[in-house]
Amino acid sequence: MTTDPESPSGSDPVLVGSDLQLSFGRTPALRGAGMSVHAGEMVAVMGSSGSGKSTLLHCLAGILTPSSGSVLHHGREITTMPDQQRSALRRDEFGFVFQFGQLVPELTVAENVALPLRLSGHRHADGRRRSALWMDKLGVSDVADHRPGEISGGQGQRAAVARALVADPEVVFADEPTGALDSIAGEQVMALLDETARESGTAVVLVTHESRVAAYADREVLIRDGAVRQQESVR
Amino acid sequence: MDNDPLRAWRISKPLNASRGDYVLGVYLECIVLGMTIGHTLLGLLEGGPRHGYDLKRAYDERFGQHRSLPYGQVYSTLSRLLRDGLVDVDGVESGEGPERKRYSITEAGVRTLEEWLSTPEKPVANLHSTLFTKVVLAVASGRDAGEVLDAQRQAHLERMRELTRSKREAGTTDLLVHDFSLFHLEADLRWLELAVTRLDQLTKEIR
Repeated sequence: MTTDPESPSGSDPVLVGSDLQLSFGRTPALRGAGMSVHAGEMVAVMGSSGSGKSTLLHCLAGILTPSSGSVLHHGREITTMPDQQRSALRRDEFGFVFQFGQLVPELTVAENVALPLRLSGHRHADGRRRSALWMDKLGVSDVADHRPGEISGGQGQRAAVARALVADPEVVFADEPTGALDSIAGEQVMALLDETARESGTAVVLVTHESRVAAYADREVLIRDGAVRQQESVR
Repeated sequence: MDNDPLRAWRISKPLNASRGDYVLGVYLECIVLGMTIGHTLLGLLEGGPRHGYDLKRAYDERFGQHRSLPYGQVYSTLSRLLRDGLVDVDGVESGEGPERKRYSITEAGVRTLEEWLSTPEKPVANLHSTLFTKVVLAVASGRDAGEVLDAQRQAHLERMRELTRSKREAGTTDLLVHDFSLFHLEADLRWLELAVTRLDQLTKEIR
């Protein structure tokens, strides 16, 4: 199965990737993979190392351009969009959480969380107010003035979740968000991502190889050898 | 009782078996386990007719790692399968000693076997022996064992999602119980993933 099953919920998908192909050198990473994301749902993309799950996420998020296939955002093709337009889409509509937080080391936690708002031209005071709210939700207010090197891995990931959600994106892409954490810290990050994304109606595409992490999602897309092996229907 | 009623029964029966526990235990030992053996014998018969003795030997070779199948259970299971129309007596050989019946699988038997193979097990801990049996029988009969594993994987993940949803509202005691189940189901899922990657190797060894 390479394309998306029909949505019994009847809602139009936010994102639809179809028949995506991409190779790194001679190594094929995606061989006709496809999946969709609907508003407010959490989808887990699972598969073993090298199966193509992160590449699929990067194509859906407009970070990588597939050699063929299509990615539609509300029906608009993003693979052929000019770079500037695609950057704006990523900045305004998408949020990101990666395995190693990727917070800017020179900025404080508060400045990191406010970054997407600053980049999209929000006023400084507004950015401060909204980032304080999200730091509070994610339980990192007490380290607001610390730099990433001075906080724990779990705090860093919670700050990264706050940063991903602060600009009220339509979709958050989380690539192995608990991959570098122990079970307890990982559990906290997932519980908070789950709670806050659902509360704000944000869809989440969650790439993980851990089934306990995937169990937070509403459904699963299983990737093997660059193709979708199994895809559960939208609930 | 925990998620695996058979295991829970085995642990509790020597200590405090009430009449209700006893009836449940007999049901689990005789019917639930008996059904798995029945399906396994059907799977072995799919390759061609066999005598009861051959069936026991084939079962012990492939699935009797920890416990060989007693003759009594082979013949009582075959009588039940015969009564239910899932096997037929293919021929009787007489000679010195008792008559030897040869059994073959019927069409209804093949349908029953296929239904069993394609139905995921209820996701509980300690499923490995039943899953292992299904995978080996699927490979040996040329069916897609990957489908057996994927269906089971989906059933496991669905159970994990239910437990994770329950955790949102749970108190600490329930949290610990749910976490215990989640870690066990996760271990099963890892085995399922690994089994998928070893199917080619298994196929070479079995066929």
